[in-house]
Amino acid sequence: MKILNRFIKYLWPVAAGCLLSFGASADAHISSANNPTWKAECSSCHVAYPPSLLPADSWRALMSGLDKHFGVDASVDAKSAAEIGAFLQKNAGRNRGASTKPILRITETPWFKREHDEVGAAVWKNPKVKSASNCAACHSGAEQGNFSEHGVRIPR
Amino acid sequence: MRSIRLCQTLALILGASFALFALAETPADFLKQFEAAARQESAAFQGFSAQRGDAFFHATHGREWSCSSCHTQNPSAEGKHAKTDKRIAPLAPAANAQRFTQPDKVEKWFKRNCNDVLGRACTAQEKGDVLSYLITLKK
Repeated sequence: MKILNRFIKYLWPVAAGCLLSFGASADAHISSANNPTWKAECSSCHVAYPPSLLPADSWRALMSGLDKHFGVDASVDAKSAAEIGAFLQKNAGRNRGASTKPILRITETPWFKREHDEVGAAVWKNPKVKSASNCAACHSGAEQGNFSEHGVRIPR
Repeated sequence: MRSIRLCQTLALILGASFALFALAETPADFLKQFEAAARQESAAFQGFSAQRGDAFFHATHGREWSCSSCHTQNPSAEGKHAKTDKRIAPLAPAANAQRFTQPDKVEKWFKRNCNDVLGRACTAQEKGDVLSYLITLKK
């Protein structure tokens, strides 16, 4: 019992600290933000891109043009649009560029380009990948918001 | 105390199942609604045709896409989004019991997809023809 007591007194905070720091370090590539309406609506045609991948002004611009969403009508009813918009604003990423016009395509952000600069041209052209917007082609955990490098499987 | 809780639980289950039942519709219900709307649209309405719906579903209507661009040539099979490759559950009610059961979903997808395929809203006649075609399909 004495050993257990000691563990609780001294080691538990250390263990908790380890867990916390692990969580923080993995955080950059794992998105835990969730909202059922966002998930249902935004994942019907593509992976529900995590809100942290674009800054708030980009999401605002995107949500105001859903009827012409990259060449497709993706309009949702007013109630869902308000809920999704608020969720995206709340969980949006930092604005990392000084661009005057909000970037609408995640693949055009400096961050995305930097993260993927080692991916060869042949990979992007692979029919199994089809488009850079197809996260799940390589990121096996994309559907769950997990973009950790451990989950990357580049198709051949 | 226990019996009161049991009654409450039962009432809740009954209420919830009633709410679900009231909201859920069947493909035949939608067909009836489209028919009423088609009569409003045109006094010359002469019923729906699965054959016409079949042709409509597979045609590109002078633009880039058809319904089958994403739902594939066989709407009983799993579809694939033409742009993103995202998997789409089968469209034919025989292959997917969820289809044509929720008015808000039916309205949302006809609005979007008619816009994408035809560049305009579909008429009730067109919706009814397509649904008549989808209902004839087997699993």
